[in-house]
Amino acid sequence: MNKEQVPQDEENLNEGKLAKLYYATDDKGHYVKVNSIGWEPETVAMQQAWDVVNNEVDEAREKVIKGEASPILYYLKKNIMTPALVASYVGTLSLIVRLHCRPFFFKRMSKKTLEKYAYTFRISVAELTDIERLKK
Amino acid sequence: MNFTHKQSAHCESGVISNLLRFHGLEFDEPMAFGIGSGLFFSYLPFIRINGIPATAYRIWPGQIFKRFSERIGIKLERKKFSNPKSAMLELDKMLDKGQPVGMLTSVFYLNYLPAAYRFHFNAHNIIVFGKQNGSYLVSDPVMEYTTEISHEDLVRARFAKGMPEPSGRMYYPVKLPGDYSLEQAIWKGIRQTSDHMTRIPMPIVGAKGMKYLAKRLRQWPEKLGERKAILWLGNVIRMQEEIGTGGAGFRFIHAAFLDQASAKLQNEKLFNLSQQLTKSGDSLRDFAYYAGRVCKNRKSDTKTFAELGDMLEACSVREQEIFSELYEVSKSK
Repeated sequence: MNKEQVPQDEENLNEGKLAKLYYATDDKGHYVKVNSIGWEPETVAMQQAWDVVNNEVDEAREKVIKGEASPILYYLKKNIMTPALVASYVGTLSLIVRLHCRPFFFKRMSKKTLEKYAYTFRISVAELTDIERLKK
Repeated sequence: MNFTHKQSAHCESGVISNLLRFHGLEFDEPMAFGIGSGLFFSYLPFIRINGIPATAYRIWPGQIFKRFSERIGIKLERKKFSNPKSAMLELDKMLDKGQPVGMLTSVFYLNYLPAAYRFHFNAHNIIVFGKQNGSYLVSDPVMEYTTEISHEDLVRARFAKGMPEPSGRMYYPVKLPGDYSLEQAIWKGIRQTSDHMTRIPMPIVGAKGMKYLAKRLRQWPEKLGERKAILWLGNVIRMQEEIGTGGAGFRFIHAAFLDQASAKLQNEKLFNLSQQLTKSGDSLRDFAYYAGRVCKNRKSDTKTFAELGDMLEACSVREQEIFSELYEVSKSK
């Protein structure tokens, strides 16, 4: 790739925080370093991966609002985690995490367990248990 | 601390380059990447990440540093910890001594990165080189400038769970080479990369692996259905072009290495091969470009996937040739 061809697509997901380094060639074929603010195919692929995540988050939110799932499921999806990953943070089994995703078991959780989940999701216990805020 | 940060494309080779510069050894990133034999290809359909087969254009994490240190003769002190407190204490101790420290982190907790990049990837290398107002000064190789991270975020990043667990791993050089043969190191790097790309008798790795992926990819629309086929294709693009690759799945970094090696060793042949690898990288970029269009239009038909498969197979053939030649050139050295 010639250094003039290094893509600079304005539409990207970098929030202006990042211009990645590329290796590109000069006119004689020798390599130089060039920054790139973004490239469409990469942005498309990345956006696609996030669409999957965001869909699952929305689905989880719906379920919580309908009372079919507990907020644990919502925050699990929001943090792109799996029950197994959450379980290793909380220090339990993934089966238990799955159970805690159900309102029946969620209501019976101890304060201490709630705190562990809240810490994992980087929110407070009050935020974790407040379903109203998901309705916004 | 007199630490100079230079941006790089890949985190592991970038950390090597930045750490060694502090200790008075200048290795440009492509040199570190090439001597550490970073380039590779593997398609592992039996390993699924979020249900998508693992595709890698590089060797697995940690190997570049390991190979590079062996070839240049650097001894690293590596530590891992069972609890955050001792991990952070040890870090502070090293910083007090004026020693920048490399470490493994999870990008999910590095909030100076754009949100879009922050998936649970647990093998990202950064250097911490100081402390200021309770925050740590970070040299993240992929960033243009140095940045900061809070104590809490750094603890979370160093003790993230999942695969692989960083467990607070940190490292710094303790023994630097008295003398070493740069020439030998370069040839070893070239030899191992080309050996692994062409001579491993398994269909799923090296240049053959690209052919194998091409074959499987053609069948995706039929086998998986439209939605999944596009998702899997998007994943291939991400592995090839996302952050840390320097473009075209590390092919451009390696070509830059061959270019620099040709100048160091005054070997025209290597420059010639560098240019060929550049061309192969360009074809991979074309592949990503068309694949990106398929993903954008969300239309997967057998014909486009067959074409994409053909493009990838052409790359496989070309790389088989290039790396076979590189193997021949480096074999006797």
